Amino acid sequence: MANEILKIEGVRKGFGGLLALDGCSLSVQEGTIVGLIGPNGAGKSTLFDLISGFVRPDAGSIVFSGKEIVGLPAYRIARLGLIRTFQIPRALMRMTVLENLMLGSQNQMGEMIFAPIIRKSKVQADERDIENKAEEILKFFALLRMKDEYAGSMSGGQKKMLEMARALMADPRLLLLDEPFAGLNPTLSERLIERIKKLREKGLTIIIIEHAIPYVLALSDELYVLNKGAVLANGRPDQVISDPRVFEAYLGVGFDAQP
Amino acid sequence: MLDYLISIMLTAGIYAIFALGLNLQWGYSGLLNFGHVAFMAIGAYTTVILSMNGVPLIFAVLAGMVLAGASGAFLGVATLRLREDYLAIVTIGFSEIIRFLLLNWSSLTRGSFGLYGYPRPLEGMVAHEDYNLLLAGIVIIVLLLVYAILEILAKSPWGRVLKSVRDDEAVSVSLGKNAFSYKVQSLALGSAIAALSGSLLAFYLQYINPNNFQPIETFYAWIMVILGGSGSNRGTIVGAILLWGFFSTTRFLEGYISFSPSSSSAARMVVIGMILVGLMMFRPQGLFGRKEELTVGK
Repeated sequence: MANEILKIEGVRKGFGGLLALDGCSLSVQEGTIVGLIGPNGAGKSTLFDLISGFVRPDAGSIVFSGKEIVGLPAYRIARLGLIRTFQIPRALMRMTVLENLMLGSQNQMGEMIFAPIIRKSKVQADERDIENKAEEILKFFALLRMKDEYAGSMSGGQKKMLEMARALMADPRLLLLDEPFAGLNPTLSERLIERIKKLREKGLTIIIIEHAIPYVLALSDELYVLNKGAVLANGRPDQVISDPRVFEAYLGVGFDAQP
Repeated sequence: MLDYLISIMLTAGIYAIFALGLNLQWGYSGLLNFGHVAFMAIGAYTTVILSMNGVPLIFAVLAGMVLAGASGAFLGVATLRLREDYLAIVTIGFSEIIRFLLLNWSSLTRGSFGLYGYPRPLEGMVAHEDYNLLLAGIVIIVLLLVYAILEILAKSPWGRVLKSVRDDEAVSVSLGKNAFSYKVQSLALGSAIAALSGSLLAFYLQYINPNNFQPIETFYAWIMVILGGSGSNRGTIVGAILLWGFFSTTRFLEGYISFSPSSSSAARMVVIGMILVGLMMFRPQGLFGRKEELTVGK
């Protein structure tokens, strides 16, 4: 069981004079959900940028299923099965919902320039399979009836769902979700919690950045708290959340100062 | 009169092919190519020079496409890692470099004297006065072929990746697509298509000189793409027909309006400019573009 899928050691990243991450280390076991919380500016989203290869760390190592990925271009990291989503949803506005999803599928022969002409029937058969898979995932997220709409016409919450659905099309092994509950109403959030739990049952590993603590507690097997670019505390969610240091980081006051 | 119609068909067809290359780059991939005419010039000169030296025409045309495609890829590799507007600056510079190179490399191009008396396809098959009709047939077949290939590609997974790069490169990369490589591919293929139109232009004109390839030609292609609707291959072809139709029909009016030839051609550009301004105000998506594509997500 204890199979480490992601190991981050001592990563550091500065932007000008500001040190966003300063010797941050964490370890993620396969098939678990890891929550990542911390005050604004703690370095959570920067950490996602580093893991997914969008930003290169100044120092430190990131090992994904036994392979050092620091320095690999972002698209290669994605191809290894490490897929991220964005904090502000980034739908491909001028493409339909279905096209957004179909893009996510990996190893498509039809993405080679002349393959759609030379290997027409193979590419068309692949397209039908990809479309079926996309429709299944859209059903899972209750977005199927919107499949032919432009993604730009979706609401903020729907775009969040779309982004997750698109990421799942890539059959990721590790999924990085950046504030998946932001902008979702409570009903939708409850549904999303059930869906994320189902994904874990299928063996997917997930790291979630989230400000809504109740959702993180409901989902996480392990919780990390980031503060000032380093790990402040980690462990079982209920233990971590009652740690006085965590309280202080969030509120800027000591545990004793509680009313 | 028939000859005149055939010549309109020829120019419109050749420029439609030229503009289709630009539509692939701008309409589908969001690349700002302001030096498209350079690739037309490379195609025309490569084809003519090689065929004058005994290379069979079909290989001379293909060589022009390969050379233009490689030049496009080279410009892309050099600039596409930078912000997107750098490509615009570099391509417009490149098109002038090519024109001046052709003007000054006299041993190869005869400079401003230009080249003539070169072979044309299937020349011995018909009488000289019927040749344009034959060439028009060739141009239409090539146009339909290019259109068909681009339509298949645009609707294929390859075209889907291009559109994703155009809409939001970061998303594309986050899903494992090598966005940079796709931009280079699009630039290279669009440039090769421009070279093909250049070869056809050389066959039609029977005489080429570097001043056929002024920067304004690039912007004619832009007018065609925008008029028809960016991202619509059919719109681009209609845009080409409308623009050349307009240029050609207004030529008849010259006898009735007391303008000098130079001021009447300036007046035509003024009218085109006003039409474009009107289009942007009342139908910004172009004739065949989809309005939703402009309004969603704003």
